[in-house]
Amino acid sequence: MGSKKTVNKWFRPALFSGLILLTPLMAFSGGLDDLQARLSDEYRTDLIGFIETRAGVRLRDDPSQKDASLGEVRLQMDLNSDLDFGILKLKTDLLGDLVTEEAIVELRELNLLFFPHDMIDVKAGRQVLTWGTGDLLFINDLFPKDWESFFIGRDVEYLKAPSDALKSSVFTDLFNFDLIYVPRFNGSEYIDGSRISYWNGVLGRTSGRDFIFVDDERNKAFEEDEVHARLNKNLGGLELDGYGYYGYWKTPEGVKLAGPKLFYPGLAVIGASARNSIWGGIGNLEIGYYDSFDDRKGADPLIRNSEIRFLAGFVRELARNFTGGFQYYLEYMQDYDEYESTADPATAKDEYRHVTTVRLTRLLMNQTLTLSLFAYYSPSDEDGYLRPKFHYKVTDQLAVDGGINWFFGADDHTFFGQFEEATNIYVGVRWNY
Amino acid sequence: MKKSLLFVAIGLLFLAGALSAGKVEAAPSVEEIVDKANLAAYYAGDDGRSDVRMTITDGQGRTRNREFVILRKDIKDGGEQRFYVYFEKPGDVRKMVFMVHKFIGRDDDRWMYLAKLDLVKRIAASDKRTSFVGSHFFYEDVSGRGVDEDRHELIEETDSHYVVKNTPKLPGEVEFSSYTVWIDKETFLPTKAEYLDKEARPYREVEALETETIQGLPTVTKSQVRDLRSGGDTVSEFKNIKYDIGLEEDIFTERYLRRPPRVVRR
Repeated sequence: MGSKKTVNKWFRPALFSGLILLTPLMAFSGGLDDLQARLSDEYRTDLIGFIETRAGVRLRDDPSQKDASLGEVRLQMDLNSDLDFGILKLKTDLLGDLVTEEAIVELRELNLLFFPHDMIDVKAGRQVLTWGTGDLLFINDLFPKDWESFFIGRDVEYLKAPSDALKSSVFTDLFNFDLIYVPRFNGSEYIDGSRISYWNGVLGRTSGRDFIFVDDERNKAFEEDEVHARLNKNLGGLELDGYGYYGYWKTPEGVKLAGPKLFYPGLAVIGASARNSIWGGIGNLEIGYYDSFDDRKGADPLIRNSEIRFLAGFVRELARNFTGGFQYYLEYMQDYDEYESTADPATAKDEYRHVTTVRLTRLLMNQTLTLSLFAYYSPSDEDGYLRPKFHYKVTDQLAVDGGINWFFGADDHTFFGQFEEATNIYVGVRWNY
Repeated sequence: MKKSLLFVAIGLLFLAGALSAGKVEAAPSVEEIVDKANLAAYYAGDDGRSDVRMTITDGQGRTRNREFVILRKDIKDGGEQRFYVYFEKPGDVRKMVFMVHKFIGRDDDRWMYLAKLDLVKRIAASDKRTSFVGSHFFYEDVSGRGVDEDRHELIEETDSHYVVKNTPKLPGEVEFSSYTVWIDKETFLPTKAEYLDKEARPYREVEALETETIQGLPTVTKSQVRDLRSGGDTVSEFKNIKYDIGLEEDIFTERYLRRPPRVVRR
């Protein structure tokens, strides 16, 4: 993906040793504290970050993948510089990935936030963007995701991939308006077989490293672009939002038989959401119409059809330090007759895909230990995904976490069912500075 | 005759004076004390800011620190308020923002902003007696407990303090059976509170360790909560306190969750 740069081969061993040896040395010698204080006092610049190591293994046998699902050392550096007219931010990761055997520099954020007018905020550059009301379900949030990171047990921070964007926000007494322009399309990091095997509709079987899909990148700046917009109003606690998107599907939902290759068909979305406190908790509703305009009639079996997506959620405290949440989510395929007439009946999708989610979060030991479970279950696909997790803050600096990504399903071709062999267990240790 | 009338008049004036003076001297009603204490502790000025450093010590003596900036704006004295908490330390919560729209008679609205995800999260606010950011302070200690939620009884008056016992009207919603507050007679600042559990044993204490007068307003600058069961405690120190800085109401909106206002930046 565009956000990652592979470092030259000769540099890899050096980077690895640097990552593993230098940072803790620096940190424990106290040099880092001095540097942080100096940057803060003299340059109004904050330096924070972490070094972490994570490891994970598959719990099921997948002949087309390695047994290790995760094995990496990561150093993150996050610099915020307060200039008088705005804030400059640089956040970058150095990643030594033992599974892909790569050393990667990942620029997470490099942006300038400034305020040209009392009523206007502008953020320009690489940034992480989020809106919408779903919990790990996204309808009107059409910003890029990194599903692979999510599925293998990286911190949830990495589910959100950055966008290279210009975000302008206008704040008035009547409403707030956000307009985001992404000059060059930023797609999601989807499951392509390189690390997690997936259902390959072209081959009609599950494939992994034996068949890594390539996609036709959309990378013509100012031509293959995206526009995101949002209208927002808070009416005494009732948060109302209207959304619009014009660009491409964020995952390659089209297939070109020559190759075969994946591509990103055009997509426009219009939607709305509402959120408020209700029944002693928080309730939310969100809806979106996905207009797959490259195949609006649904006649082309190689392009995903238009959809209506809907979600309703509710979260509340069940007891002290114990919170529960529930969501219902629907994908309603348009022009289903057209789809059904060409789809293979054995693996065809349903017209209605229902998904329910449950989140349980328990805080213990003065909130230093978090036990949580997030579960997806689709009664229509008969598949699901469980994410039990723990996170323990040993000290303010040191944290350990771990969990399981458990996929299950009756069939190999459904959304979660296809990842059954990717079921994995992972642990991580992170030292924050 | 005329003279005696004058004397009577003067005598009446004195009497009236003595009576009115006597009225000032007489102890205020317990409701007045509690209202004044609520205003002194949670509504000083029309708005304010403070840097806060919390030191959390658990029963085994291990310490953790929290540093944040807190902003407050009163919409109505004794009533609706806005709070904005901007975290600076530890690093893993840096730039996290916690915002509260506090209401009387209905649940507060609470939001959390998670900077690394650019996520504005709405939080359920039903239980106010849960730990504030892992400290021994509760949310309710930070934003105040509604005075109408308890029955108040003036149980003692010392030279310096009113001692008020508070019994919850809805005992099922709280973990204490009652709590007693020592209120300074001059400043009306609560200086100590002692909580009794359901078996009427003391298990929690909140104490003002230091107070100062800032811009003419008596202010607690250091306070401590002790958990008598675990032996843990949290000390809060307040620095750079300023009142009446003219905070706009729009600071307490989504805009400033996503982007810290100048007043919390340095």
